Parts: sequence; structure tokens; C-alpha cells
Amino acid sequence: MNDMITMVDWARAQFALTAIYHWLFVPLTLGLGVIIAIMETVYYHTRDERWLATTKFWMTLFGVNFAIGVATGIILEFEFGTNWSNYSWFVGDIFGAPLAVEGILAFFMESTFIAVMFFGWKKVSPGFHLASTWLTALGASLSALWILVANAWMQYPTGCEFNPATMRNEMTDFWAVAFSPMAVNKVLHTVTSAWALGAAFVIGVSAWLLLKGRNDGHCRRSITVASWFGLAGILLTSITGDTSAVTVTELQPMKLAAMEGLYNGSTEQSIVAFGVINPSKTVDNDETPFLFDISIPYGLSLLAHHDPHAYVAGINDIIAGRAVNETGDTINTVSYAERIERGKAVRAMIARHDEATRAGNTDLADSLKASINADFKYFGYGYLERPQDAVPNVPLTFYTFHIMVTIGGYLVLFMALWVLLSWKPRLLTDRKPVVRRLWYLLAIITVPLTYLCSASGWIVAEVGRQPWTIQDLMPNHVAVSDLSAGYVQTTFWIFAVVFTALLIADVGIILSQIRRKSLTDLDKCND
Amino acid sequence: METYEILKAYWWLIISILASVLVFLLFVQGGQSFLPGASDEHKGLITASLGKKWELTFTTLVTFGGAFFASFPLFYSTSFGGAYWLWMMILFSFVIQAVSYEYRSKSGNIYGTRFYDTLLLINGMAGPFLLGVAVAGMFFGAAFTVERVNLLDPGNPVISSWGPLHGLEAFLCYKNILFGLMLLMLARTLGLLYLINNNDNEELVAWLRRRLWWNAPIFVVLFLIVTGLLLTAEGVQTADGSLVRVPHLYLDNLLSRWWVAILLLVGVVAVLAGIGVTLLKDCRRGIWATGGGTIAVVLALFSLIGYGGTAYYPSTLDTMSSLTLANSSSSEFTLTVMSWVSLLVPFVIAYIAWCWRALDRK
Repeated sequence: MNDMITMVDWARAQFALTAIYHWLFVPLTLGLGVIIAIMETVYYHTRDERWLATTKFWMTLFGVNFAIGVATGIILEFEFGTNWSNYSWFVGDIFGAPLAVEGILAFFMESTFIAVMFFGWKKVSPGFHLASTWLTALGASLSALWILVANAWMQYPTGCEFNPATMRNEMTDFWAVAFSPMAVNKVLHTVTSAWALGAAFVIGVSAWLLLKGRNDGHCRRSITVASWFGLAGILLTSITGDTSAVTVTELQPMKLAAMEGLYNGSTEQSIVAFGVINPSKTVDNDETPFLFDISIPYGLSLLAHHDPHAYVAGINDIIAGRAVNETGDTINTVSYAERIERGKAVRAMIARHDEATRAGNTDLADSLKASINADFKYFGYGYLERPQDAVPNVPLTFYTFHIMVTIGGYLVLFMALWVLLSWKPRLLTDRKPVVRRLWYLLAIITVPLTYLCSASGWIVAEVGRQPWTIQDLMPNHVAVSDLSAGYVQTTFWIFAVVFTALLIADVGIILSQIRRKSLTDLDKCND
Repeated sequence: METYEILKAYWWLIISILASVLVFLLFVQGGQSFLPGASDEHKGLITASLGKKWELTFTTLVTFGGAFFASFPLFYSTSFGGAYWLWMMILFSFVIQAVSYEYRSKSGNIYGTRFYDTLLLINGMAGPFLLGVAVAGMFFGAAFTVERVNLLDPGNPVISSWGPLHGLEAFLCYKNILFGLMLLMLARTLGLLYLINNNDNEELVAWLRRRLWWNAPIFVVLFLIVTGLLLTAEGVQTADGSLVRVPHLYLDNLLSRWWVAILLLVGVVAVLAGIGVTLLKDCRRGIWATGGGTIAVVLALFSLIGYGGTAYYPSTLDTMSSLTLANSSSSEFTLTVMSWVSLLVPFVIAYIAWCWRALDRK
């Protein structure tokens, strides 16, 4: 059992490592792909060679980034099988379908048209080439869509029914899976945030070139497209972030409580704008949750329910079974202690169902099936030893949530300012050189900040739902493969070294390409 | 035949098609395996030619995995979680390929071109060989047990169990090794045929032809040995609701299914014809016959192990744990949904062919 827990930790660490590395490259692919397509569209309509040079410049960086995204992505798919074998069977009937759709619809589109995008300039017509560029961007977004639908299902399992005969969840409603509120919010929030990241990257790199006094025309063109696109992206991200908060409140209240470090909820609940978590605070003691905090009155009620007077449940409330109904009234739901008991009872019923089926007693099996389905939503709790085991890592969830929101808010201002500067360039060019340099430096610093924001969002989403692999149905230690911790530990370090080496190579090539292309191809544009 | 049974058979066909196309597309890996002996000029031509196609192989592998997960999740969870080291080695060999084409000749490439060419060589040799060893388990069996009800044991919730070597034991079976070597030599043969077809440089084409003279015969010999082993191997068959071991089951299946026999025969003839015309005549289009033949042969082999109640993943530890289409598939609903999506496959194939043709235009 202890070895299994260690194995679970290493399997989680490996998945986190792979996902974080993968997510360093994917949002740039999603955002930059659309930006390039917009730039090529302008070239197609104007036939202005300067736009072509700008398009090709960003396309080179897109290609370098895309390759490493592919490399890290394949591991994620196969890790479901290698490290999370029980999970693969338990949810394969649901999770596999989006994955297969992703492969058939999105991966081939992406991989076919990217070849045309890079190698087809002189082989296909300009219209065909432009369509290929857009289809590459679309293919990347479709890939994201289906994997995010699968992830959303893990956060909010819907459109399925447990079949005790096969010991797995089986899909009953594909549209409920594809269009659950969790899926819709997750897809929109993630993809639009990637647009903002792609835009921040373009503005940051352009600012670096401007700082070096190079390629003024190219940078202005790039910043114009990126700032408008980035502003649209970050505004949409903010809107979908708001709707995501409402969805999380309803479907994953424990995650929301952890995001805010809220142990005891109330009506008219304030939100912590800035706070330092008390490291000794746990659900088992009465210590104060924060060493220091600045709160905004009514803020969390407003965020969670769009009602400043609404009740928001804290961690202790949720464990005790206090929640809020659709009309906003405080109600008692099933406490975690009772969920654990009901989960164990469901497990026992499934075992009896299995015995009855093997003995050919179909009447008993059928009658048990109805009882199993009635309480199956508590199945996962039956594997927990105590209610506190269902509480995620509060400090990590809290800090990453606040980092994400703070940087996200900053990005709204940042993009709006660059829209203004691209519209009225003299606001910047008429300033003293030192002021311009500061603006450019700010744009450069914003690139890693945006990556931090993006990674923080994923940490909130994934750490905040712990200990569940599938919300309420399957805790992590039940989902893993029958492997020793040493095996996973070994491959963890191998992939850590390989990914880090590849990241170093990636950054080196990107920096070199920016420098080289800006001095050669872009300089030929004479603008 | 019930709808559910038809759906399972249909999805096994899709898996078989993806597997056969993947084997054909391993010409990319096969081509990469010739990089060490090539001159710098030839290396440039080879990587330029393969560089336009590597993503298709990669994507087909990923889709093959995704489709297997979706349609037969018990295989996915049993084999990947069990033969851990084998699959991890396969993954590693493909991860290092993904960046190599893009990075090898770019400025700022801090590890140098030779480093990435070495990665391509590793992928070119290890990728097909390891895939062959892994797939051999579907014919010759693997050491696992499956007990779904174990999921209810909170102390040890393990559905699929595997031996302590977790995939390394596959290398101890000479049949698996021969299968892997055969796939490697097939990939190399296909790689040579593809490059001969896709290059105008006469010096390079002559260099490739010389290598085909010894690679292709080794492949043919290995293919004959492996086919012999396969047709005489014991298989697992569904009988009266149970699973039993049957001697030379695949041979029986071949003899009782005339359409599979014809497919296999046509495939073998096409493979040999493609190699023959390239070696004996000044023909550069051998890849199409050999490639098409490869697809037919793989389809035939997958038909032998998947249909008619035969276990496509026999367990050497516990016969009853062997995986069949019946006991390892997704639900009827999921297979139906995915079947609607699969109707787009011809459209996908059409645009891939269209783009491929456009890019290969001289």
C-alpha cells in the first residue's frame, strides 16, 4: 500500500511534468497559428511582400515550437495507459471517444496542412496555401477542443452510467459529454487564453527587436495584429473565467473553497484580493487561515453566484454537508462522512452484483444494479479513509489562482495599452528613449509572466480537484497501474532530462532564428 | 449478427487499417536508418524527402493508440500499463524523432546536426524493432492476467497484472525478436523504395539501390520465418462461452477464411513485385506495389487474430484473461458514436493524398 502511494505520487509527478512541458508549447501553437493566418490573409489580399516577410518570420518560430509540442504530446496520450491503467479501463468508454475524434479530425488536419504551410509556398497556389495555414490553426484548436472535452469530463463526469457487469462507466449521451457546462467553459477559456499568450509572445519579441533598433515596420505590423488579437483573447478569457467560476461553484465547490482558502463560508462572502496563507492551517485545527489578507467585501459571493448576498460554502461546510441550492438558499447535502459510508456500500453492492452474475442469478443482479446506480455518485468516496482526504492542497490552489487572476488582469491593461500604441504610435515614438526602452522591457517581461499565468491556470484546475482522477468517482490511488514506484521514478527522470534538454534546444533555436531572420529576411523589406 | 457484434468487427477493421497504414508509413523510420552511411549531400536529400512525411507516420501512430483506447480500452489499459518498459522505450524513440527534422539544420542548434541525425538513427532502428516486439505479443501472447472485480479491493485495486519484468520479458522470446527484426527490415526496405521514388539525384538512387540488394532479401527471409512461426503457433479461441488454447489456430483461421488467404497472397505477391521491379528493372515506382502489398498483408494478419472469436491478445499466464473483441471493447453506444465519426476517414485520406501529391509535384 505504501509503495502504491509512492507510485501514485510519482505517476502524478510524471503527468504534471509532461503536461506542464507540453503546455509550454501548445498555447503558443494555438495563439501564434491564428496570428500567422491573419497576417497571411492580409498578404493574400494586399500582395504586399512586407506582409509576406512578416508572416514567414513568425512561421519559422511557429515551426520550431510546434515540433517540441508534438514531442511532449505523444507522451501524455500514452501515459494514460502506462501509468493509469485502471483509469483507462474505468473511463475508456467515454474518454477514448474524444481522443479518437481528436486523432481522426484534428491531428491529421494539423499534420497534413502544416507540411503544405512550410513546404508548399512554391508548390501550391496562394489561395491553397492560405487555406492550409488557416486549417493548421483550426486543426490545432480542434485538437485542443477534444482533449479539453475529455479533461472537462474528468472534472464533471456526465452523460454516462456505471455498468457493474463491465466494471466501468459507459457513455449514454455524447452531446452531454461534449457540451457540458464544464467542457464549454474549459474549451473557451483555454483556447482564448492561448490567443492572449500567442499575442504576448509576438509583442514581446517585437519589443525586443525594437529595443535593438531593428525592423521597425515589421514590428509595427506584428504588434498591430497581435495587440488587437490579444485584447480580444484576454477579454474573452476574462468572460469565460467568470462563467467558469460559477460552474466550479456549482460542480466542484471544494475546488472553489480551496482557490480562496475559505474554510468557513457565509452569505455576503468577501474575496481575498491578496493574502498569505497560514501554513499550519488544516481542516483539523481552528487556526486562522491567513497570516495576512486584504479582502474585498461581497467579492466571492459575486464571483461564485453573481449575487453579492449569496452563500458560499467553505471547506468545513462542504465536508459537513452544508451547501446552497439553485435558488441560493443554504441547505444540507450529504456530508463527506456519509459519502464515504455510501461509497463503501456501493462497492459492496457491486461485489455482490458480480457474484450474482457469475452464479447466474440475474434477478438479484438486476435489483442490485438499480441500487448501485442510485448511489454511484459517491463510489469514489468509498476508497477514502476520512473526509479530510478529499481536501486538495489549499496553499498551492490558492496561490496559483491568485497569480492567474492578477496576471490576467494585468494582461487586459497590457493588451489595451498596446492597441492604443499601435493605433497612435506617436504616443510612444515621441517619448524619450529611456521611456520607450522601459515600455519595450515591460513587453519582454510580459512573455514569461503570461506563461506563468497560463501554467497557474492549469495548476488551479488540476490540483484543485485532488484527490480525484475523476471527480467523486475515482481517487488517484485507484486509477494507477500495477507498477513499482522505482519504475515510474526512473522514467520520470529520463523524461525530465530529455524535456529539459529539448527546451534548451528550443529556446536556443528560437532566439537564434529571431536574431538571424531579423537581420536577413526582414531587413530585405526596407521598411 | 447483432449490431454490437458488427460494430466491434467494424472497429477492429479500423484498427487493422490504421495498423497497416502505420506499418507502410514506417518507411520514414526505415529511411532514417540509412543516414549514418550517407554522405552529407545525401543526408540532406534524404532528410528533405522524409521531412515532409514524418508527421504523417507520427500522427498515424498517435491515432492508432487513440483509436485502440477508444474502441478496445481493455487492451490499452492491459498492454500499456503492463508492458511498461517496452512501451516507454517506443515512446522515447518517437519523442526524439519529433524535434529532429525541425532542429537538425537550424541555426542556433546547440547540439549540432550530427546529434539530431543520431536521434533519427535511433528512432529509425529502435522504433520499428520495438513496435514489432510489442505487436508480436498480439500473435504469440503476453504474460498478463485480467480481473476486473479487483477494482473493488481498496488495498490493491489492480485490474490488469503483469509479470515483474513489465515488458522486458518480451525480449526473452525469440519469436518476438524475429518479429521485431522483420518489421525493422521491412521498414528499411520500404524506406529505400520510397527514397528511390522520391529523389531525382541519380547518384543517391544508385546508392539506395545497392542497399536494397541486401536489405530486401533479409526481409523476405525473416518474413518467411515469422509467417511459418505464426501459422504454427498456438492461439486462444472462444468456445462455448469459454476461452481455450488451440494448436495452429491461425493456420486453421487462414484455411477457413478464403478472403483472408487471398488478401495475404495478393499482399505477398505485391510486396515481392515492388522489390523485384526496383531491383531487376530500372523502375522507381516499386514503393507503390510493396507499400500496397504491406497494407494487404497486415490487414490479413490482423483479420486472422481478431475475428471469429479468436483472442487478439492471448495471455500466456491465464487463458481466460486473453483479450477478444467481445470482452475488451467499448460499449455499443460509444462504438456507434465513433462509427459516425469514422465516416469522415475517406475524406481525411482524400485530402492527405491531395496535399501529398501537391507537395511531391516536381
